[in-house]
Amino acid sequence: MSEGTRTAIREVVREHARLPIDVEALGDDADLFAAGMTSHASVNLMLALEDAFAIQFPDHMLTRSVFESIASLATAIDELAAGEGVPPPAGGGT
Amino acid sequence: MARQIGIDLVSVDSVREAVRVHSDRYLGRVYTPREVRDCTAPGGVPDARRLAARFAAKEAALKVLRAGDEPVPWRSIGVCADRDGRTCIELTGAARELARRRGIEGLDVSLTHEGPFAAAVVVAKLRGST
Repeated sequence: MSEGTRTAIREVVREHARLPIDVEALGDDADLFAAGMTSHASVNLMLALEDAFAIQFPDHMLTRSVFESIASLATAIDELAAGEGVPPPAGGGT
Repeated sequence: MARQIGIDLVSVDSVREAVRVHSDRYLGRVYTPREVRDCTAPGGVPDARRLAARFAAKEAALKVLRAGDEPVPWRSIGVCADRDGRTCIELTGAARELARRRGIEGLDVSLTHEGPFAAAVVVAKLRGST
């Protein structure tokens, strides 16, 4: 996970997660939901991250564990950027 | 009859922001086409209060489905109206499969919005209970 990715995620979290506390008070592994992020704020965060990183979260990655921390988001975004988060097409051969 | 109950509260302002910033991409990822139609007056923009109530219904349904960390797309939980015009929930795809595994044979829903908040309560009827 790159430092640049985590820094960029932190900035998007600051602007879109509607946290009641300063994101700088949170460690990379801190639980964003426990810090006050609502389920709908996580939607706004998801869409803003897609814009910021030119990615799209596939349905199978729309889980609480992916969105629960800056670290888990960085892992997911790195996977998507590397093309690892997209499942192969059904019946896609060998 | 055994039942499960779920409730959720949503900020209308958060939904209004999502519509303003992300527009059709937000609507298409979260709501069914029917839900968008039901929340939009002819020639108008989607009503954030009504969308927020529907989002609350989806989250309340996820609670009775005990989704945990399973991926359940929001679009697979749709608010609709039955033949009598009563608000209901239609499950498709992953949500429908999860409901089957949980022994849920039907969901009832009630929506409301007032001022800055919208809320929903979902009650699940469990299979085999009397």
